[in-house]
Amino acid sequence: MADLSIEFAGIKAPNPFWLASAPPTDKAYNVVRAFEAGWGGVVWKTLGEDPAAVNVSSRYSAHFGPNRQVQGINNIELITDRSLEINLREITQVKKDWPDRAMIVSLMVPCVEESWKRILPLVEATGCDGIELNFGCPHGMPERGMGAAVGQVPEYVEMVTRWCKTYCSLPVIVKLTPNITDVRLSARAAHRGGADAVSLINTINSITSVDLERMVAHPIVGNQSTHGGYCGSAVKPIALNMVAEIARDPETRGLPICGIGGIGSWRDAAEFVALGCGAVQVCTAAMLHGFRIVEEMKDGLSRWMDSQGYQSLADFSGKAVGNTTDWKYLDINYQVIAKIDQDACIGCGRCHIACEDTSHQAIASLTQADGTHKYEVIDEECVGCNLCQITCPVENCIEMVPQDTGKPFLDWNHDPRNPYRVAS
Amino acid sequence: MIDTLSHLPRPDAGAAELADRFSDLAPPLTARQAALESARCLYCYDAPCVNACPSEIDIPSFIRNINHENLQGAAQTILSANILGGSCARVCPTEILCQQACVRNNAQECAPVLIGLLQRHAIDNAQFSEHPFKRAPASGKRIAVVGAGPAGLSCAHRLAMHGHEVVIFEAREKAGGLNEYGIAAYKLVDDFAQREVEFLLQIGGIEIRHGHKLGDDLSLSELHQQFDAVFLGIGLAASKRLGLPGEEAPGLLPATDYIRELRQSDDLTQLPVAERCIVLGAGNTAIDMAVQMSKLGARDVNLVYRRGFEEMGATEHEQDIAKANQVRLLTWAQPDAVLLDDLGQVRGMRFARTRVENGRLQSTGQTFELAADAIFSAIGQAFDGQALSDPLASELKREGERIWVDAQLQTSVPGVYAGGDCTALGQDLTVQAVQHGKLAAEAIHSNLMLNVEAA
Repeated sequence: MADLSIEFAGIKAPNPFWLASAPPTDKAYNVVRAFEAGWGGVVWKTLGEDPAAVNVSSRYSAHFGPNRQVQGINNIELITDRSLEINLREITQVKKDWPDRAMIVSLMVPCVEESWKRILPLVEATGCDGIELNFGCPHGMPERGMGAAVGQVPEYVEMVTRWCKTYCSLPVIVKLTPNITDVRLSARAAHRGGADAVSLINTINSITSVDLERMVAHPIVGNQSTHGGYCGSAVKPIALNMVAEIARDPETRGLPICGIGGIGSWRDAAEFVALGCGAVQVCTAAMLHGFRIVEEMKDGLSRWMDSQGYQSLADFSGKAVGNTTDWKYLDINYQVIAKIDQDACIGCGRCHIACEDTSHQAIASLTQADGTHKYEVIDEECVGCNLCQITCPVENCIEMVPQDTGKPFLDWNHDPRNPYRVAS
Repeated sequence: MIDTLSHLPRPDAGAAELADRFSDLAPPLTARQAALESARCLYCYDAPCVNACPSEIDIPSFIRNINHENLQGAAQTILSANILGGSCARVCPTEILCQQACVRNNAQECAPVLIGLLQRHAIDNAQFSEHPFKRAPASGKRIAVVGAGPAGLSCAHRLAMHGHEVVIFEAREKAGGLNEYGIAAYKLVDDFAQREVEFLLQIGGIEIRHGHKLGDDLSLSELHQQFDAVFLGIGLAASKRLGLPGEEAPGLLPATDYIRELRQSDDLTQLPVAERCIVLGAGNTAIDMAVQMSKLGARDVNLVYRRGFEEMGATEHEQDIAKANQVRLLTWAQPDAVLLDDLGQVRGMRFARTRVENGRLQSTGQTFELAADAIFSAIGQAFDGQALSDPLASELKREGERIWVDAQLQTSVPGVYAGGDCTALGQDLTVQAVQHGKLAAEAIHSNLMLNVEAA
């Protein structure tokens, strides 16, 4: 079996699956259960200065798919609501009892050098393996000048990171907020400040739904609501892109990345690693199913790595980064055309109506003698957009077949149709 | 009570036990089940299920409405295509219609979407503060509908919607036709058939006159003169006869007579039970009869059919219901003689074994006897002799025995339309009758309005 152990920004762990800073890592009881279940590490839920934060009730709401499948969770919970002293004591004990697991401590204190200078030695004394700077929390804390309020200003990110590197000898991971226009600016700032790694994404500003009887959004607190932070499988595409943006940015090349955002399976994790991550953090999936999911994640990842001949995560980390590029470098002469497997087709007509109404009128609906319909691709009209394949409920029924156009590779930069093409 | 069976005993089981046995064969979905099941629908375009529905209900649309918590919208979609959508949801052989055509009904997907139960869920749970269909301004036209069965009711509702006045002539005490008198009790429970009629009549403009029967105190000639158009939805009221000596003996009767009695009974403990009985036939009526006798406590129920399982009119699903109720299905045997005891009451039946030879059903010469306290025949329905006897009615072109109609449900007599089981068009199904009634109403409406414009 492949070796899942990692060394990420100098932090060793038996596997790359860490629990993100969140309710599952709020106290020793949960973290011990997580370690017993096999998690490779945890990021302890964010510590702050005393007095501890106070939370409201209720706190979570969800965006549901069909059959109550949770696509994403929104939360308005703040950082730890327990005292610093209790947290530090528990962290010390748990790290002592589980020396092989990664113990990262998430931190958020006011954007004042004194505050960081005060808390960092206390945290380092627990014996933890690293710290993660919570610059991402999008609800509640920014109103007090912390969390995303820091993460959204690159100068603050750089400044606080530098303080941490100054007053602490531990690896510093900067957790980035996605509630910005270009995540690379924050990553570069962290890098300049001396960060050992970045982790992303934190939650996305969200309102999941509105109670139309009471005319109030969820989650409801009394008769009011507020926006929260969105996480879970729905945010994975956003997270993957932000990870890729940083991974392929020349200014931050080589900066270790810890992937967060909608990871619930080994495949999700492998995708983050392929786009440049050295470890991943999980929260929502664990909150929905319990800590036991790590078992299938480890097993699945390890078997897949075996099947690919990868002996360690490093063997494929970042392997998809080189193939992720700007639009202008794509081959404009590449052509695929949809092909429907008539034996697999169940005749639902979804490909036809999707293409007919909203795309290129490239799938003909042929009425058969018995009143049913047969669907056929009109090759000349098909632009290879993938929509039919996406809407088809039968896996592998529609294949996008690369065509031999006989034309050489040509990107937009060199395309004669581009008035601003690069002169050759 | 059924005189010809008055010598038979009553059920051993008590009222509560019998009520339980006759409860809903396919219980309704809970809201949660409906949410789960509706999410399975792929929302097909040019959906095969719609193509398979004789009444052309927009099934993907109503299921999507259920899934989006819009039960009223779902119900309105169903009812606008099929005003008897509630009973059709219960009695349709969905296994050979929409659910057979469902794209999920294949080996990979395991099971079709439960369209019938979803339709029932929508109809049963939608709450309308007023009748969901409005009448067009009065047209001043009057249409006679003969028969308050599914075809007649559907026709009347659609005509009323178009602003016409409708008079329905109905021979029996209650409207509903086979929904009221002919469907197995466990398929259409409690008073749903009557509640559905009440709902339908809420539209207004429909008067039902009970106790009038075509060929009895009603003639097509008179209706034709008195009304702007006539719709015949008279069904097939008579049961076909065996043509054997002893057919009138106590203990032998048409299954439809017994089923009607059972459906109208408010005390199942008073129904006669044939401990050993024979049901002749292979359609759904035969299955319904056999299963109901079994549920009443008969211990030896034989359903005998002259051909093989493949030719049975009853669907595989229906046959499974019979088997699950300990009904024995015997094939390749036809009635040869009614056997009577010393009192002249049925004691059994002799059957001739059959086979197909040169494409024709033949007796093999072998016979066997089955003991029985009662024999129920369900070998098909026919017009009762008087129905089409008046001068105009006898002019109606026939197709086989039934009334010929064109695709617009018009008969050979101008201004006279027909639909449902009395016509040769389509299948003998409630849903088909509803569609006939609806299409006939549209045709009548177009023709009458055409004449108005021309005038």
